[in-house]
Amino acid sequence: MTRKRFGTMVSYVFIAFSILVFSGQAPAAWNNPYPASDRHANILYSFFRERPKTLDPARAYSFNEYTIIGQIYEPPFQYHYLKRPYALVPLTATAVPQPTYYDDNGRQLADDARVEDIAQSVYEIRIRPGIYYQPHPCFARDDNGSYLYHDLTPVQLSGYRRIDDFAQTGTRELVAADYVYQMKRLAHPGLHSPILSLMSEYIVGMGEYAQELQKVHDQLAKKGEAPTYLDLTRYSLTGVEQVDRYTYRVKIRGKYPQFRYWMAMPFFAPMPPEADRFFSQPGMADQNLTLEWYPVGTGPYMLTVNNPNLQMVLERNPRFHDEYYPNEGKEGDVAKGLLADAGKRLPFVDKAIFSLEKEAIPRWNKYLQGYADLQGYWDRTGVPAAGFDQTIQMTAGGDTELTPEMQAKGIRLLTSVAPSTYYLGFNMLDPVVGGYSERSRKLRQALSIAIEYEQEILIFRNGRGIPAQGPLASGIFGYRAGCAGRNTYVYDCVDGRLTRKPIEVARRLLEEAGYPNGRDSVTGKPLLLYFETALAGPDAKAHLDWMRKQFQKLNIQLVVRATDYNRFQEKMLKGNAQIFRWGWGADYPDPENFLFLLYGPNSQVGNAGENAANYENAEFDRLFVKMKDMDNGPARARVIDRMLEIVRRDAPWVWGLHPKEFILHNAWVHNVEPNHMANNALKYLRLDPALRAERREEWNKPVLWPIGLLGIVLAITALPAVVSYMRKEGY
Amino acid sequence: MPQFVFLWTDRLIFLLLGAIIAFTIYALRHEHLRAPWRQVRQRPLAMSALVVLLAYVAVGLLDSVHLRSRLASDNPQAVQYAPEIISVLDLIGEPLIRRTEVSFSAPFATHAFVKEVVEKPDGRMTMEYPRLRYGGRHLHNPNRRVADIVAKSFKGVIVGGLIWMLLVVVVAALLRRRDEMFGQTLAKLVRGDGAILWWPVTLTAGAVIVLISVVVNLSTYYHVLGTDQVGQDVLWRSVKSIRTGLLVGTLTTLVMLPFALLLGVAAGYFRGWVDDVIQYTYTTLSSIPSVLLIAAAILSLHVYITTHEEAFPTVVERADLRLLFLCLILGLTNWTGLCRLLRGETLKLRELDYIQAATALGVRNAQIMARHILPNVMHLVLITVVLDFSLLVLAEAVLSYVGVGVDPSTDSWGNMINSARLEMAREPIVWWSLTSAFAFMFGLVLAANLFADAVRDALDPRLRK
Amino acid sequence: MIAYIVRRILYAIPILIGVNLLTFTLFFFVNSPDDIARLQLGVKRVTPEAIEKWKVAHGYDKPLLYNNDEIGSARLTDTIFFKHSVRLFLFDFGRADDGRDISYDISKRVWPSLAIALPTLLMGVLVNITFAMLLAFFRGMYLDTWGVVLCVIMMSISTLFYIIGGQYVTGKLLRLVPISGYDTSWQAIKFVILPVIIGVVSGVGAGTRLYRTFFLEEINKDYVRTGRAKGLSELRVLFRHVLKNAMIPILTQVGALIPLLFIGSLIMESFFGIPGLGSYTIDAIRHQDFSIVRAMVFLGAVLYIAGYLLTDISYTLVDPRVRLN
Repeated sequence: MTRKRFGTMVSYVFIAFSILVFSGQAPAAWNNPYPASDRHANILYSFFRERPKTLDPARAYSFNEYTIIGQIYEPPFQYHYLKRPYALVPLTATAVPQPTYYDDNGRQLADDARVEDIAQSVYEIRIRPGIYYQPHPCFARDDNGSYLYHDLTPVQLSGYRRIDDFAQTGTRELVAADYVYQMKRLAHPGLHSPILSLMSEYIVGMGEYAQELQKVHDQLAKKGEAPTYLDLTRYSLTGVEQVDRYTYRVKIRGKYPQFRYWMAMPFFAPMPPEADRFFSQPGMADQNLTLEWYPVGTGPYMLTVNNPNLQMVLERNPRFHDEYYPNEGKEGDVAKGLLADAGKRLPFVDKAIFSLEKEAIPRWNKYLQGYADLQGYWDRTGVPAAGFDQTIQMTAGGDTELTPEMQAKGIRLLTSVAPSTYYLGFNMLDPVVGGYSERSRKLRQALSIAIEYEQEILIFRNGRGIPAQGPLASGIFGYRAGCAGRNTYVYDCVDGRLTRKPIEVARRLLEEAGYPNGRDSVTGKPLLLYFETALAGPDAKAHLDWMRKQFQKLNIQLVVRATDYNRFQEKMLKGNAQIFRWGWGADYPDPENFLFLLYGPNSQVGNAGENAANYENAEFDRLFVKMKDMDNGPARARVIDRMLEIVRRDAPWVWGLHPKEFILHNAWVHNVEPNHMANNALKYLRLDPALRAERREEWNKPVLWPIGLLGIVLAITALPAVVSYMRKEGY
Repeated sequence: MPQFVFLWTDRLIFLLLGAIIAFTIYALRHEHLRAPWRQVRQRPLAMSALVVLLAYVAVGLLDSVHLRSRLASDNPQAVQYAPEIISVLDLIGEPLIRRTEVSFSAPFATHAFVKEVVEKPDGRMTMEYPRLRYGGRHLHNPNRRVADIVAKSFKGVIVGGLIWMLLVVVVAALLRRRDEMFGQTLAKLVRGDGAILWWPVTLTAGAVIVLISVVVNLSTYYHVLGTDQVGQDVLWRSVKSIRTGLLVGTLTTLVMLPFALLLGVAAGYFRGWVDDVIQYTYTTLSSIPSVLLIAAAILSLHVYITTHEEAFPTVVERADLRLLFLCLILGLTNWTGLCRLLRGETLKLRELDYIQAATALGVRNAQIMARHILPNVMHLVLITVVLDFSLLVLAEAVLSYVGVGVDPSTDSWGNMINSARLEMAREPIVWWSLTSAFAFMFGLVLAANLFADAVRDALDPRLRK
Repeated sequence: MIAYIVRRILYAIPILIGVNLLTFTLFFFVNSPDDIARLQLGVKRVTPEAIEKWKVAHGYDKPLLYNNDEIGSARLTDTIFFKHSVRLFLFDFGRADDGRDISYDISKRVWPSLAIALPTLLMGVLVNITFAMLLAFFRGMYLDTWGVVLCVIMMSISTLFYIIGGQYVTGKLLRLVPISGYDTSWQAIKFVILPVIIGVVSGVGAGTRLYRTFFLEEINKDYVRTGRAKGLSELRVLFRHVLKNAMIPILTQVGALIPLLFIGSLIMESFFGIPGLGSYTIDAIRHQDFSIVRAMVFLGAVLYIAGYLLTDISYTLVDPRVRLN
């Protein structure tokens, strides 16, 4: 080829390329992360941020785990999807039972018996017949009725890498014994269920049962048998008994009304003994085939792809029992279209694909491109701070709404205050900030005024939160909104609005505490306080700077002791921390679940409880014991008010904030409603895949001209090089 | 009198400074060491870069003299010092530290970047961009901002220019030889003479001084580079980060160099069991992914600090120890790369005829290594050190991302870039933190590279003309 | 040559022992078994008894290195070190602290890592050599000067910036490729393009500059001058002699990157959601899962030694004067 012809060819190619690039006639949606063939499928796309640690219902205890297993395992009760305040309704049970009470002698008591007299409460749960498990190899039987896959040798097993490799599956009806079996598993020595020690206090015989199992387990281990498998059907637990095929009974020590809430959590879901037996065969765990990763449930979905490094896929369970969309909700639900599907059979979505997405920004951008249907629904993160200004604007009233740009995209916003709290705790054992003297109390009160949580909400949470007035989050019984529920030590009520007391009040309190202008009135030494934190990441510095600024308002130096999570835990356990940040998310919607964070016998030091401030007040503790077992009503509210007044005065925490959570969903998702208690919400969601496909195409037209431009720029920059080359080589 | 405090890194940085000065004096007295530097002095770009580098170093040094100020007290006997440790630079920049806003504001802004609920006099609540507390406060009419900025910059230029001229005259007076007219000396400074290329120095110094003067003048009225999430002046944060950048770049190299040189050359030269032992050591160390080693070291530092809390009463001391530790561990993970490179090169060099000949003639090994091999690998060392300087400054940002970088309370470009990655996704975009961290880091890295390029050309025996 | 290779493989054993001991000590100094247990058991409602039980169940209740309570060889074998670290030599990585089989996860994750790292490395070396040759060709001219300045500018930019910027522009503004994610089949290509390009671009400044110095060093050597004096064209000199002789330092540099091929790029994989070994390691560090960390360190060490050996062998291929014995 001569030089000239080569040159001509190059220019032809270039022109052809430019035409392609500049005309914009390229196929749509190059950036679709999912196979193009699934465009019109009834699949819900969502993300998970961190791989779940375990999918075993006896162990799982966090959002990212519940996101998956909530759709698979079915405890006897669930929270009503739409009703507020949160209400328990039966799921597999026929009804939410009232407990019957018995005294020391086993005599039945009236329902309104005094708490002191009640020795035992008994819950009798009846489940609906005709509920079947998802198809699973652990139920597969041969023609003689014996299990196909229960006695495999490791050699036979080595051919099975995934659960689909087992060709045969079977199913079985759900029976009460499965619930009993799961409650026994809570005591299994190899499982380390997080609620074992709590349940040992309440379920009759649970503690002894755990010890018994431990002994058997150790014996088996000594004999060299595979120690993981304990046939729990052989060991009975006194507090939990099967009455008949569909009924079981749980005995609770004393009165513990909150137990019903526990029974709506996956800890109390049914576990077929066959599954345990199947997965406990030697050799299974080497292929990662364990109950930890392969749930077996009766729920609307089953886990079909289990790759926690990339994707978790839930598919409709073909054997799912009859369940229908609720017929009633709260006020306004009809207008919002939340009852359009009332009475229809659940679930609506065929398949849900959860992809791993650790970073907030890609997660957010993919949502905006339509490659996620919901934002902030499962992981409770909502709109990242970064995308906030683009998405949400505040109205004059301090409320939030979507920006016109987002409204035009059809995106919808749902806000709700979460039943959780973030606070700044003082270690009450500390000689400076702790203790119950007037001096330390005033110091704490002064700090409570100085630390402006309104600012934190504005700067770090984009207004997503409300300043806390006490430990109780909104939506929990005993919480009072507005001026009536204010913390009188920190807030004034001006024109019916909560207003933080001016900083001068804090300065005066500090002076009264003996630290005028931040210096000890006796020695003249400046007051130094220490803040423990395990914060890391890009936001940490800004946060710590902000915290220092708050203390500087009172001329107090705050020394930040940043450390890693383990060190932080250790200091907390030993009571060496002075000031720290902590949070709590409710297990169930009951004030007990918040106020126990300040109950003396629950202190972290000595009892390893959740009372991280190690707060102890005899009157508060007495009232707590009383309040705990009361039924919701004016009497209980009065007791709670008294308790709140005590802790507000003592100020063991700076009552921080209750986060407001934002859920965004695209126009093609229906029936979205924030429900902080229900973790099985997937079955209620409905999709419009056609609309989604259309919008995705529309939103994701590739922009190609910059590439052409880049090519031209590169060509131009290469020009001098070519010229120089020609000159140098003597052309 | 304030109480002076010497942090560990302060001591090391002054030790390093002392070593450099001592070497310079030594080199000046020895002709064969002086010769290559003459070539450096003739390169305009290198001399400009040197001035910029010196400006950075000056800031870094000012930030390395730490003290506690004395608190006002009625009782002269019981003297109390402020608990916080500050540096001389903090004293100078006090106005910038004090003038913090609530949250983000753009460069030269008069209004905040984020809307706030504002109560109107009639009691209505509206959302609007409030005026900043400090930035542009002096303006009654924010619309006249541009004119004001131009006027203030012009004033800065004039003041800077005057300072520069004064400086030139003073330097000329100091440099003047007896037999010279004063005018001749001045002309030399502007045009240059045979020995030192003065004009780039004079010009760059002028540019730097004028720039500083303009920025200082403006920054008392505006936030020149905006404010960050908690309202701190970004310009100030970038300036404070200079010390961290310099320390990570220099102390790390200081730690790693002796090991790498000695062991790398010895391994390649002696081979046999020496090679084996050295290879064993560095293979073992370098087979551990460095992030992991750094993570473990930083975590163990946490353990140490937590168990010896009373030894580190202030944030600054804790942060300082962490910085030092980071430098040490980065040095430990970095030396192996250079060591390998040197070994490979020495393997090649020792096969060369003249070294084979020297061996055959019975020249002592130490002598061969010092005379023939070391000079021939020095360019590799310098290139690696230069590349590492910038890489280390950049690596710090990545480590911060993993959570094992400098202390979160330390100002560093890495920390700034790292938080900026969230700001990048805001809309409208918050670009100024990232840009200014990038610009400051870029200035340092570029200057260091340009200067070192010249030094390399001068030192490399094979590139020398 | 064969003897040399055998000897080097034998050397690997003490190195691996050293690596193992070092990681073991490092991690147990900072991470007591209590810490591991706490991290695995989660945040809510963790009691000291639960921690004790977890330790017993996972074999973390034994002494670290030496067991005084046992007799004979059990004094050494009934320890955390022996139980958890020695099996590694048989490439039996065991179970992670969260119960998953490590070998299984590694075998799944190594492919995505390779899919990113191999093209990045090959393209990177190719691009760097090309640019460096160009600069060497134009040495002493303004193109060279500005090329070097460009290199300096490019290497002054943080990798994080390249990643965030690349993702922002290509994924969000231009919508050319998915922002992040991965797929197992050929679909993976669309996910791989962007990380590879970013990987190459972010390395091109430093790489070109480094290779340029290698080339320049060769160019000034006598044999090159001789070649040129003989009338060989400049290009021929560059390719025939300079490139060939500069291969030793280039190979040394590339050889050091071989373990990274498999171990993957930590940051890149995290940002692009690639389920490779890099993100596996970084997650393990974050969750302080000692078993995984140890396995990855061991694997890294093996690969490192392999890469090193390959480099040494390749020396003899490019330069017959280098003798291995």
